[in-house]
Amino acid sequence: MTQADWMWEEPKEKLVDWLEQMWTVRWFDEKVDEFFAKGMIHGTTHLCVGQEASAVGVCAMLEDKDKITSTHRGHGHCIAKGADPDRMMAELFGRETGYCKGKGGSMHIADVEKGNLGANGIVGGGIPLAVGAALTSKMRQEGYITVCFFGDGAANEGSFHEAVNLAAIWDLPVIFVCENNQYGMSGPVKDMVKIENIADRASGYGIPGHVVDGNNLPEVMTVMKEAVEYTRNGSGPVLIEAKTYRWKGHSKSDAKKYRTREEEKEWKDKDPIRFFQDALIERGIITEEEADTVKKDTKARIERSVEFAEQSPEPSADTLLEDVYA
Amino acid sequence: MQSSAVNSSNNKETTRSITFAEAVREALSQEMREDQDVFILGEDIGVYGGAFGVTRGMIEEFGPERVRNTPISEAAITGAAIGSALTGMKPVVELQFSDFITIAMDQLVNQAAKLRYMYGGKGNVPMVLRTPSGSGTGAAAQHSQSLEAWVAHVPGLKVVQPSTASDAKGLLKAAIADPNPVIFYEHKLLYKTQEHVPEEAYTIPLGEADVKREGTDVTIVATAVMVHKALEAAEKLAEEGIDVEVIDPRTLVPLDEKTIVDSVKKTGRVIVVHEAVKRGGYGGEIASMIAESEAFDYLDAPVRRLGALPIPVPYNPALEKAMVPQMDDIMQAARDSVHRR
Ligand SMILES: Cc1ncc(C[n+]2csc(CCOP(=O)(O)OP(=O)(O)O)c2C)c(N)n1
Ligand SMILES: [Mg+2]
Repeated sequence: MTQADWMWEEPKEKLVDWLEQMWTVRWFDEKVDEFFAKGMIHGTTHLCVGQEASAVGVCAMLEDKDKITSTHRGHGHCIAKGADPDRMMAELFGRETGYCKGKGGSMHIADVEKGNLGANGIVGGGIPLAVGAALTSKMRQEGYITVCFFGDGAANEGSFHEAVNLAAIWDLPVIFVCENNQYGMSGPVKDMVKIENIADRASGYGIPGHVVDGNNLPEVMTVMKEAVEYTRNGSGPVLIEAKTYRWKGHSKSDAKKYRTREEEKEWKDKDPIRFFQDALIERGIITEEEADTVKKDTKARIERSVEFAEQSPEPSADTLLEDVYA
Repeated sequence: MQSSAVNSSNNKETTRSITFAEAVREALSQEMREDQDVFILGEDIGVYGGAFGVTRGMIEEFGPERVRNTPISEAAITGAAIGSALTGMKPVVELQFSDFITIAMDQLVNQAAKLRYMYGGKGNVPMVLRTPSGSGTGAAAQHSQSLEAWVAHVPGLKVVQPSTASDAKGLLKAAIADPNPVIFYEHKLLYKTQEHVPEEAYTIPLGEADVKREGTDVTIVATAVMVHKALEAAEKLAEEGIDVEVIDPRTLVPLDEKTIVDSVKKTGRVIVVHEAVKRGGYGGEIASMIAESEAFDYLDAPVRRLGALPIPVPYNPALEKAMVPQMDDIMQAARDSVHRR
């Protein structure tokens, strides 16, 4: 029995749901990639293709009342926390029906009702916010925990150090999840951080730190499950580092001169979706046909989101001055 | 009413034309070849060539010691530049988007701007912080701001905001040579604009405005992309018989008050236009400078200001555009000024 064996005992619907979520994230971002390549969407975007297991694995271990703060690379977090892809796609199209009424775009999607306190255009900008959300939970005894997603690059912002220390000394219910995809834009983590694991920094703040294979859904879930128990019962923050890789360029335009195509291929061979899907099939939990159906249905789901977005109205000019103040 | 377009250096047939981004790179490279103390640092300025391609090819020429690719740590990068400047180097920081200046603000405002004065005139901080600003790219609220008034407010910082490739090149040389901290704004929509730029190194002194177009009826003081919108508006207004003078201050600090005041004395009418939010924008400073000057007695119409609406920059392209002054707004303001409506 490996540590992750608990999850194979979960009901089939749950297991299939996790697979579906990963495919939904994948298709969503593949679609967005296509639209940007065609110049159909304004601005820029950051895709999480290849990183689906950390978004889905982390959020799957949360309850509805729990909260997350996300990053510029946030479509996966958003979907995994229960967002409606229709409203996400509409936001990317700048439409009134989008999560931000067309005012935020890819980098600012927030789904507050589902506990997603928002993506963030400022690297490291969400880390102190997560600590604040955890502070509310503690002061008002609301019982929720907050997951703070951030990248390897963000770990070098002052906001990271200040926020983790604060959460540590106040024993706040927050789990810091570093998605180490090996690069902060073009900056290789091996050149930008002098230690092997960002999770090792946890000991500097006096909190537990764990490294996990971010492409392995069962492992992500297992580490996360333990962290959730620890944090929810009042023991304080945890730092988890999920090692993964972004398949696409950093943003809309990226010649990827800072890495090799061979390295990309090595990581694509560790496809988190295929890994989980194969495990489900091998264990006889689903058949090949069922797996194919999931793949097809999720793709069709995203096509419907595109239709929804395309048919949605543009925000009216009257909304320009709305929402600056409450 | 006569108009004479003044753009003396624009002799396209015989001269080399490069983009704003290339002009900035050329100025940086020329300074680095001349002076070993000049170096650049910033996020993704190495093989990536910077978020807007400005430093492309520079790491290949100058190597990683002098083209320092940094972690994502704006406070530390800016502070390290300031500290190295204080001790003899001439660093040029690239801050990936000017919005992130907020993270570097303590180092700029409480350190760089004040060290020399606080030390009783000892030491200086010959650093430059180059940074892309402005909206129009769909990058939304946290990547589109024009916060130049914040830094212009702080004594001890100089603020440059070029509108053309040739100005950018000469002003950057002056900024690097200046013994004080200089914030150098590069509007994102200008990077690909192209014009004649002399190949040899040259300096445009900080504090000299440029009359981009001479005219007699109304003065438009405009910065960055608004210079181009004002020039377009001026061409159209000429068809209506309104002869516009367009002045680009080029540097906000120091501000060339004389060129602006002289122009207003001539035309008797003035519009100040920038992309930054109007409330608390630098246009207010320019407008009150005019009102306090000898040009006051020559005014035939109230000083007018155009700036962005007081909102964060929205993502939707139509909303984004509606937030900032457009050519039509400038034309209307000029007509209103001339006809005193
Ligand atoms: C404060 C700040 N600095 C720089 C940037 C520009 N930028 C956006 S994403 C990014 C890389 C972030 O790397 P990482 O945290 O590892 O996240 P990843 O993109 O790999 O998901 C950079 C430099 C920014 N948005 N905010
Ligand atoms: Mg990264």
